[in-house]
Amino acid sequence: MALPEVKQSATEARLSALSLPESGCLKSAREAALSRVQTMGLPSRRDEYWKYTKPDTLVQASAPKAAVFDADEAPMFSAFERLNIVFVDGVFDAEASDDLSLEGVTIDRIEDICCKDIHWAKDLYGVLEARGQTPVERPLAALNTAFASDGVAIRVTGKVSKPINFTYVHSDENSDAILHHVIRVETGAEVTILENGPAASRFNKCMEIDVADGGKLHLVRAQGRDHERRAATHLFARLGNESVFKSFTLTVNGVLTRNEAVIELTGDDAVAHIAGACVGDGDFHHDDTVFITHDAVNCESRQVFKKVLRNGATGVFQGKILVKEGAQKTDGYQISQSLLLDEDSQFLAKPELEIYADDVACSHGSTSGAIDEEGLFYLRSRGVPHAEATDLMTLAFLAEAVDEIEDADIAADIVSRLEGWLARRR
Amino acid sequence: MLEIKNLHVKLEDEDKQILNGVDLTVEAGKVHAIMGPNGSGKSTLSYVLSGRDGYEVTEGSAELEGEDILEMEPEERAAAGMFLAFQYPVEIPGVGNMTFLRTAVNAQRKARGEEELSASDFLKIIRAKAKTLKIDADMLKRPVNVGFSGGEKKRNEILQMAMLEPKLCILDETDSGLDVDAMKLVAEGVNALRDEGRGFLVITHYQRLLDHIKPDVVHILANGRIVKTGGPELALEVENNGYAGILAEEA
Ligand SMILES: Nc1ncnc2c1ncn2[C@@H]1O[C@H](COP(=O)(O)OP(=O)(O)OP(=O)(O)O)[C@@H](O)[C@H]1O
Ligand SMILES: [Mg+2]
Repeated sequence: MALPEVKQSATEARLSALSLPESGCLKSAREAALSRVQTMGLPSRRDEYWKYTKPDTLVQASAPKAAVFDADEAPMFSAFERLNIVFVDGVFDAEASDDLSLEGVTIDRIEDICCKDIHWAKDLYGVLEARGQTPVERPLAALNTAFASDGVAIRVTGKVSKPINFTYVHSDENSDAILHHVIRVETGAEVTILENGPAASRFNKCMEIDVADGGKLHLVRAQGRDHERRAATHLFARLGNESVFKSFTLTVNGVLTRNEAVIELTGDDAVAHIAGACVGDGDFHHDDTVFITHDAVNCESRQVFKKVLRNGATGVFQGKILVKEGAQKTDGYQISQSLLLDEDSQFLAKPELEIYADDVACSHGSTSGAIDEEGLFYLRSRGVPHAEATDLMTLAFLAEAVDEIEDADIAADIVSRLEGWLARRR
Repeated sequence: MLEIKNLHVKLEDEDKQILNGVDLTVEAGKVHAIMGPNGSGKSTLSYVLSGRDGYEVTEGSAELEGEDILEMEPEERAAAGMFLAFQYPVEIPGVGNMTFLRTAVNAQRKARGEEELSASDFLKIIRAKAKTLKIDADMLKRPVNVGFSGGEKKRNEILQMAMLEPKLCILDETDSGLDVDAMKLVAEGVNALRDEGRGFLVITHYQRLLDHIKPDVVHILANGRIVKTGGPELALEVENNGYAGILAEEA
């Protein structure tokens, strides 16, 4: 079927600005992804899935200019023992990165997948993304698979002693980065992955994560604090028996962020927690779009998303739990809430449940509200000044999401960033 | 200590007058009790004194140690020494009880130009005070009042009072919802704070609390006005005969 003309021309305009990288063994994966893009067309405002978020600037041929933000604080997670991998405007920076060897894990650039003949990565690249295109199309992810210019392949084979940290640096106000990481956590292996930094003026990032039986992956990412950048990220995860995948995302500022998470629980007794906390002030649009598929028995999924919005900021949540036939004993939980610090801000939520099994417990809730005046007065009556009391209540609101982070030090770092954000707005 | 003169208060959003000229002076070192029928304006008086939104003072004044408190923000009143033990303590999910109290104590100290308490000093003090009120460590860690029983909430109010060491303590029905033993604990907590320099305004419906916290003066508030003032015997009279007699006498 032909695409609507507007979509067709927008897609062509974008594609004409890109060329498929030389990529040997990934060639067919990239070409297949390109043809998916051509068939689906890139997102437009008319698409139901983009009803609340305008995709225009994510789709247009070149990246809108974004000033490089000069943060007056240490980069996140920098105090931790970690293996640091640095990308500047979407290009791997070997100089700035640590030596990539670490016990229990192998890390390679995707451009080396073919010359080093890394089978598992070849077999994963673009595969989960392609699976994630049904029942809902995600053309920006297919675009990513086709054109990603860099990224890493991480294979985790043991319990890794320290987190692997991605530092994304934005240095060019016109940069347009497309990164693609593939991660495989082998049976019983365990790793924590951290990500932080603004990456580029426009950032399209895709992460495909395959967690084998009993594997564990904790992902904590921090997007921000720069104001002008735009980001579209996709997380595709497939979970085996008794595996655990927990992800938390902090988003601070940014004119446009769309984070999609597509999780498939394919093994029995698997656990997936996807959480996010975002704080936005003024020209801020943040969209969490989550699709969790239960396709095995006795799995647990939790979605916890909290947004603090002020001065006309917009928050979007689209979250779906799909329980397939036979996925009995599913325990699905979803909560999305916004705290509106004034009347100009808005929160748009579309929570969905689709259930084809009869022995499941699924719940979802979505709320939007102002600071609780009773609580605020109670704090003030004890001598806590108005601004401080408001901040305490705001952090309390975000706590349920932050509590999803297992590591106390990482959680503390996240909380301190939130405190800083609030303090700068007093 | 506290001097209220001819205080008239109406609801901000409604044309409803609640206090109709309250005159009340609480001296330092004294305990004043306020009794009165439901809806007579006792909680309203305590809220207006502590600075809650939603009320409008149309006439009269209230001073704490000679300072006009009605113009102050709630936190300024707290720093000036005002404390209200709420009739219905508020639950605040996500804010730890301990964090809350430490923030409050240090905010007040800062506002008064005093040095902040170190984490370890604070911990020492709060542990000791919590123990005398039979508040366990778990309750200190939990979010403020969330999931506390009625009695636990009231004890938590007294713990806050003990930590903040205010000059004027208003207790709004702190006895309601307390079992006999808890009432004793709370009364002991209050009595421990009785001091030359501190005044108390104890709002209650029952003589029972006043057996434990002996008031110097008892007032009857009805229809937004103090209609009768007397000694402890007035509370006994209410306990035995209700308000009908007193109200008829005043009418
Ligand atoms: N925010 C409000 N909105 C509407 N009515 C109010 C409000 N606050 C107080 N009132 C009314 O004012 C009157 C006095 O209320 P208040 O709570 O002060 O009574 P009280 O003496 O403390 O009663 P109780 O003994 O039941 O605690 C009541 O009629 C109450 O309904
Ligand atoms: Mg009352």
